[in-house]
Amino acid sequence: MEKFLIFTIVGLSLSAIYAVISSGLVLTYTTTGIFNFAHGAIGMLAAFMYWQLRFAWGWPAPVSLVVVLFVLAPLFGLLLERVIMRGLVGTSEATKLVVSISLLVAMVGLANVVWEPGTSRPMSQFFQGRQVDLGVTTITYHQAITIATAVLVAIGLRFLLYRTRIGVSMRANVDDRNLALLNGARPDRVGLISWAIGASLAAVGGILIAPALTLDPGSLSLLIVNAYAAAIFGRLRSLPMTFVGAIVLGLVEGYLAGYLPGENQYLAGLRPAAAVIVLFIVLLVMPNTRLRTRSQLREHFPAPSVGGMLALAAAVVVAGAVMVTTLDTSGLINYAPIFSLGIVALSLVPLVGFAGQISLAQLSFAGIGAVVAAHHGASGSPLGLVLAVVIAAVVGGLVALPIRHLSGIYLALATAAFAVALDRWVFILPDFDLGPVHISLFGLGSADIAPLEAFGYTFGSPGSRLMLSAVAFALAALVVAAVRWSSFGRQLVAMRDSEAACATLGLNLMWPRILVFMLSAGIAGLGGALYGMQLGTVSPERFNLITGLPLFMLVVVGGAGLVGGALFAGIGLYGLIPLTSSLGPVVAKINAVSPGLTGIGLGRNPSGVIPLMREGVRPLREDRLVLGAMLAAMAAIYAARLADVYGNWPFVLLLLVAFLGASAAANLRARPPADQRAADRRTRADDLDWVGITTPWTAAHLSCLDDAFSGDGLPPLTRPAMAAPVVGGASAATLATIVLPTATDGGTGSVEGLDALHHLAADGDGPGGPGGPDGPGGDDRVAAPAVGAAAASNGRSADGTEVPRGGA
Amino acid sequence: MAALEVDEVTKQYGGHRVLDRASLEAESGQITGLIGPNGAGKTTMFNVITGLTAPDGGRVRLGGRDVTGLRLHQRARTGLARTFQQLELFSMLTVRENIRVAADIHRRWSGDKQSCAAVTDAIIERVGLGAVADARVTTLPTGQGRLVELGRALAARPSVLLLDEPASGQDDLETARFGDLLRELAEDGAAVVLVEHDMSLVMKVCDRVHVLDLGRMIAAGDPATVQADPAVLDAYLGTSRAAAT
Repeated sequence: MEKFLIFTIVGLSLSAIYAVISSGLVLTYTTTGIFNFAHGAIGMLAAFMYWQLRFAWGWPAPVSLVVVLFVLAPLFGLLLERVIMRGLVGTSEATKLVVSISLLVAMVGLANVVWEPGTSRPMSQFFQGRQVDLGVTTITYHQAITIATAVLVAIGLRFLLYRTRIGVSMRANVDDRNLALLNGARPDRVGLISWAIGASLAAVGGILIAPALTLDPGSLSLLIVNAYAAAIFGRLRSLPMTFVGAIVLGLVEGYLAGYLPGENQYLAGLRPAAAVIVLFIVLLVMPNTRLRTRSQLREHFPAPSVGGMLALAAAVVVAGAVMVTTLDTSGLINYAPIFSLGIVALSLVPLVGFAGQISLAQLSFAGIGAVVAAHHGASGSPLGLVLAVVIAAVVGGLVALPIRHLSGIYLALATAAFAVALDRWVFILPDFDLGPVHISLFGLGSADIAPLEAFGYTFGSPGSRLMLSAVAFALAALVVAAVRWSSFGRQLVAMRDSEAACATLGLNLMWPRILVFMLSAGIAGLGGALYGMQLGTVSPERFNLITGLPLFMLVVVGGAGLVGGALFAGIGLYGLIPLTSSLGPVVAKINAVSPGLTGIGLGRNPSGVIPLMREGVRPLREDRLVLGAMLAAMAAIYAARLADVYGNWPFVLLLLVAFLGASAAANLRARPPADQRAADRRTRADDLDWVGITTPWTAAHLSCLDDAFSGDGLPPLTRPAMAAPVVGGASAATLATIVLPTATDGGTGSVEGLDALHHLAADGDGPGGPGGPDGPGGDDRVAAPAVGAAAASNGRSADGTEVPRGGA
Repeated sequence: MAALEVDEVTKQYGGHRVLDRASLEAESGQITGLIGPNGAGKTTMFNVITGLTAPDGGRVRLGGRDVTGLRLHQRARTGLARTFQQLELFSMLTVRENIRVAADIHRRWSGDKQSCAAVTDAIIERVGLGAVADARVTTLPTGQGRLVELGRALAARPSVLLLDEPASGQDDLETARFGDLLRELAEDGAAVVLVEHDMSLVMKVCDRVHVLDLGRMIAAGDPATVQADPAVLDAYLGTSRAAAT
């Protein structure tokens, strides 16, 4: 009985910490709509800060606590809201998620830069060693303080939300942000306060739990997993249910600590993984989330062209060959993951980019691939590689099956839970039998992977293994592109936009969801197996959730729906960062934070940077002459490198110079001559087509329009009703849009366009015409059909550009 | 037997009854209008019929078969298709690809041997989107977007076709052409249900009209009868409510 009570108290104090952390998470999510993956990382930074003040600098505990909890943490929350989160209003859920994941990655990087990893930082409990005797059992001061804090937080939040003015506007913000705004609430202020309180709550949790864990950025940041397991009980919305969830979770962990047979290796990992297993189960029983409708995503990823894909695949192989011939052994080993983990990044393209599903577990599937390759490819048999793909795909399917009804944030959480369960439990299991199947994993440490033997050749040298993964990347990229071209790919892209429309067309959403998960897991398995072969020996920490996050993030930053996005992630993470880090410790420190910072900028450009880069080099691609000259120059630079005229740094720099020079030359050649540019500017300013856009609309323009039309033999527009004040700025722009096609190509379109104009003029007579009291509504009503008419008659303008969207 | 029967369907959100024992029937070969003021529950009715929204009470039958317990895709496979009031286009795809996706899906479950490309081309021709077939759908004006949705629904070869405000965003000429197209579809044997605010279109093309107000079906009959129904005038113009105040 006493043991039961002891572990009840252990459980309850864990519950209290989870409750405090998760209530902060729920608070920011409900009031600002942003699920903050970096919430645990805020607690982590706070714990480090507290350690710095209290133990490194020896400040008194109360002063340190006040500084961290009431000054630094809230300020940090305010800063996050003001600088990052406010810019995310109206972006897709995936973008918000990636930004907060980036924040997590950046904060872990920051902690590693400021507090050198590998140093022991002991942190004692509050009133270490003191305890109260409760008669039947005892409770330490730290536990008592923890539980009391949770109770205070619960009371405080209740009071804040129901008894204060700002709390009422917070709740109003949850119900309907726009309505709250109309009623005088200030959502920005609500956001600021929520983030400040949220950060403080994370800090409380971080400081309370740190003494029980080691002060390590990764594991403290992952507290978020436990916190969201609690929050999911309240569906991320209800604070009371979140507290219930926290109590359940804490007690489960407490009793597991007390009653799990300690010597059993199979169950040892169960306790740390308990939270994610609970999370996974709760997500399983969660009723279907609503089908996605009208997602209105800003992202657009065009299907790749066949020529472009072949060129890209060839470029990858050539790049691999160049690397193999120029790098020394350590370079080959350092840069090898560009392609192997690049394939893992590629696995995200069909899943995230095409289907709009989120998986944070891709590196875990890669880990499965590596393990399978280790055991089945022991003699270098290619079967190991094949089985790595197949088994990873099957596991992917098995994971996807129970969570097929989830999407968005819930899917991200479920896959993260799966990844953490593998890290903390499954990957560290000793061999076991599952029915007739003998399963061996990392065998409590690491597994050796033999080099591949195929076509009578052993891929034993680092160079041959790098080449193997470059070729594999090129082939996998072609497979991914082929998927996008297929009817299955179109279906995925369609589902991403509107699951509701797909289902009402007769599509059983379950199959594409599971299949794309399997495809993606299979590709990740291939990447993992190749990565394992490059390493020779693999251990589970290579494949954990935190390691996988930057990869996920950079694919999305590059452009999740593009093969180039995967290449961007591979080159960025495993090429540029190691390359520039070799420049010196300062750059290395900046590099630790830079992937996170890159991701934070995503909100501004959700389609990623690859489309921007592609646009930037367009003149070069189209200019055969300059392109040819550049390739020739690069070949010459390469030849000189092979002849050992210079080393690798000059080689890279010369390649860069060749590329930049060629780009500049192509841009220069693509520019029209100066006198023509000046002429263009003049025409644009005087052109009637642009009236209302480049110059303000005045009534005088009507007669100019009439002059222009009379040349085409059209009736005059001038009517008394078309007085300038009625046709406001926006309508004038519409007028210009309507006139634009008609004035230039005449034909039947012009008559309809004019009809629409007259219609507009007639409406102007009545009360509440365009620009009148009806405001934008009235405007739309008239303008949309008018433009529709112009568009219908005109279809596409002569140069093939599409007709602009309706409305002013 | 009607192609579509909705039997006393009720849907409640909190204390608000969006549909209150509302019934509806649509016959093959006919166009059935479903009209009512904003917020009357028309779109909810479509959502209940297609399975996007589960009703709190009542039954939905398609071709005599009770489909109330079936999921969306299962209902679609009994020959039900719809368009959406707020466009649900596949924004990364072109007009042709949007319709092709629907044709592919239909082919997969129906075992239809016809070439999807040919079906797609025929539909593009029929709804008059030839000029913009290879344009990305997000570049189209709303009126044409609605035609894409119609084309997509047609690719599913529906026996019951629900159209949610298909003519909004179209000009008079387009609407007239659209009315003709609807008549053709009905003559081909489909049961067309039309939710529309353009009364002249409704009165011109519909064989029967149902009127929904505050979730209740307040009138049903041929267009002329419904137009003269005092309850309908009341719902639209608020005559008796205005008199009462």
